[in-house]
Amino acid sequence: MKGPTLGGIRSVVKKEFREIRRDSRSLGFMIFLPAFLLLMFGFALTLDVKHIALAVVDGDGSQASRELVDQFSTTEYFDLKAVLPMTTAIDPLMAREDIGAALVIPPRFAEDLLAGRSPSVQVLLDGSNAMTGATAGGYIAAILQTYSQKITLETLARRGLGGLAAPVAAEVRVWYNPELRSSNFLIPGLIAFILMVIVTISTASSIVREKERGTMDQLRISSLGSPDLIIGKMIPYALISLGSAHLVLLLSQVLFGVGIKGSYPLLLLAMVLFVCGALGQGLFISSITRTQQVAFLLALLTSMLPTFILSGFIFPVRNMPAVVQAITYFVPARYFLAALRAIVLKDAGLAAVWPQILFLAAFALLALGGSAARMGRGEKEPRPRRGRARA
Amino acid sequence: MPANAVEVKSLSKRFGAFTAVDAVSFSVEKGEIFGFLGANGAGKSTTIRMLCALLDPTSGTASVGGFDIRREPEKVKRSIGYMSQRFSLYDDLTVAENIRFFGGAYGLNRGTVASRLPWVLEMAGLRGREGSLARTLSVGWKQRLALGCAVLHEPGIVFLDEPTGGVDPASRRRFWELINGLSEQGMTIFVTTHYLDEAEYCNDIRLIHAGRIVAGGSPTELKTAAIRHPILEVACDRPVEALEILQKEPWVVDTSIFGLSLHVGVGEEAEGRRLLADRLGRAGIAVRRVDRIMPSLEDVFIHEIETNAAPGPAAAGEAKP
Repeated sequence: MKGPTLGGIRSVVKKEFREIRRDSRSLGFMIFLPAFLLLMFGFALTLDVKHIALAVVDGDGSQASRELVDQFSTTEYFDLKAVLPMTTAIDPLMAREDIGAALVIPPRFAEDLLAGRSPSVQVLLDGSNAMTGATAGGYIAAILQTYSQKITLETLARRGLGGLAAPVAAEVRVWYNPELRSSNFLIPGLIAFILMVIVTISTASSIVREKERGTMDQLRISSLGSPDLIIGKMIPYALISLGSAHLVLLLSQVLFGVGIKGSYPLLLLAMVLFVCGALGQGLFISSITRTQQVAFLLALLTSMLPTFILSGFIFPVRNMPAVVQAITYFVPARYFLAALRAIVLKDAGLAAVWPQILFLAAFALLALGGSAARMGRGEKEPRPRRGRARA
Repeated sequence: MPANAVEVKSLSKRFGAFTAVDAVSFSVEKGEIFGFLGANGAGKSTTIRMLCALLDPTSGTASVGGFDIRREPEKVKRSIGYMSQRFSLYDDLTVAENIRFFGGAYGLNRGTVASRLPWVLEMAGLRGREGSLARTLSVGWKQRLALGCAVLHEPGIVFLDEPTGGVDPASRRRFWELINGLSEQGMTIFVTTHYLDEAEYCNDIRLIHAGRIVAGGSPTELKTAAIRHPILEVACDRPVEALEILQKEPWVVDTSIFGLSLHVGVGEEAEGRRLLADRLGRAGIAVRRVDRIMPSLEDVFIHEIETNAAPGPAAAGEAKP
């Protein structure tokens, strides 16, 4: 196999840029689709639970019970949707999904409270969506806890034991993502996902297209070697995808307030390595397939599924069965995602993310080297034959 | 440099159980136009791809421009030009950009490309259309541009694989004039075609059928040497029915249908005329005219296939006149 030549690479780069520029669909695919996906996913994909429709059955009707209801309706997590006369009215409303939670205050709630007996409050939750159900349950428990603590202290104060405080107060403080907004958690994953899918798919067709058109044979006769072709095809796609990655970062900051806390050069390094790996994967697929359709499907499957499911984008890797966890070690997006979250959210330095960077570099080398080797071997490959119609 | 531009000895290519090229041997003299004739699927493209070092042969040897295709594939590639039947150009590049890209790909420097560019434009008749995208060109233009790109680096030998497929007759004629011009400049031309009339432009021809060479020589040699028996052109009613009847007669050497008339090879002219009139008369088919004709290459081709090879799937009748 011949080594790369500067003139050869320059010819291929120029040609690829011209072809991409004149094919407005592929250009739009690479530049605007990522931004569009960010908007779609960014707004739709949220794990936050807010504005849960709440129904109340107030069997007491006292000032104390109304105060308890206010504790709920004044937060942004619950919207008071209905005040119902009896518990049997809850079921039809919840079945229609008009309400997601119901609070049932028993009769003599205030009386029991004053007498120092602990009244029980019933909470009904729509558990058909386990995730929102569990989150809503957590909120309700927290609100009730705060409320009962307040009542206890008030009661003690009335008995002349004012100035007492609860012995242990847990003061939870959340680092890196203080508002616990899921967008902060999801956006870096989204960037990884978008880059991986777009880059792999757009490069997957680049070599196989030349085979379909017959220009590949022309190039094999020429003095261009496989490294010239691989490097020459890689450079334009790498530059365009990095540009598109920056557009996504900018939009994340402007629309979702996810700013880059850490070092930009480190972030750029991680992105360049990740993009090179994805390019290598796309080019490799392109060098082993014979039609653009097959290349497209293969690129879609091998980029989308692992990045979506096995990278920790949405589902934490530590919750997966051991076998699946083992597989995730081979998913480059997993490392990129970890590095991205660390750099963007935690201001982590090279000391913290070097293992990820190292893996990304290794994957990029492997993928690019593999496709160059496959191309070199492809020069001697027998020609695909579909029947005997043409020889 | 050896005297022959291409030297092929017992070259074979098998794809699984299918033998695409079966022990072919021939040589191509420097500067000549060498025609490789056969129906689709006969093994023409496979042979060309082996000679261009794009495909490894299963057995046999060949040298191109003095270089062995197995041991020195890179040197073979450096000394040839290749144009496939698909006129492989980049549709999204302009005429001039295509020429410049291929120039760069062949390792020519800017100066050389700049000096060859007007030559290609002139040759292809594309002067003034340098800025048009290749996708907007008609087939004839694409064909000439593809030829220009294939000989941009002035190779000693150029391989043209079905260069005239799907091209209108006027453009085909013009293309062959270009080929003649290149040949006069000393370039060796190796061309495949299934248009038998195009073979008349070649200095030397090989007929290939089902992977085997069935006849060879110059067009004149082929016509006189291969067919020694008289050929009668018969104009009659219901030619298809007449063909079926005559094929069963023992005194008929070979038959084929040409438009509305039949070509019938017979052992001896006078006897043939008599038997023919008699047999078709009995079948109630009116014979309007019978002429003795000079055999065409098509007659030669059909005769060679019927006598040399078992009837293959690629019938000679597929070959378009």
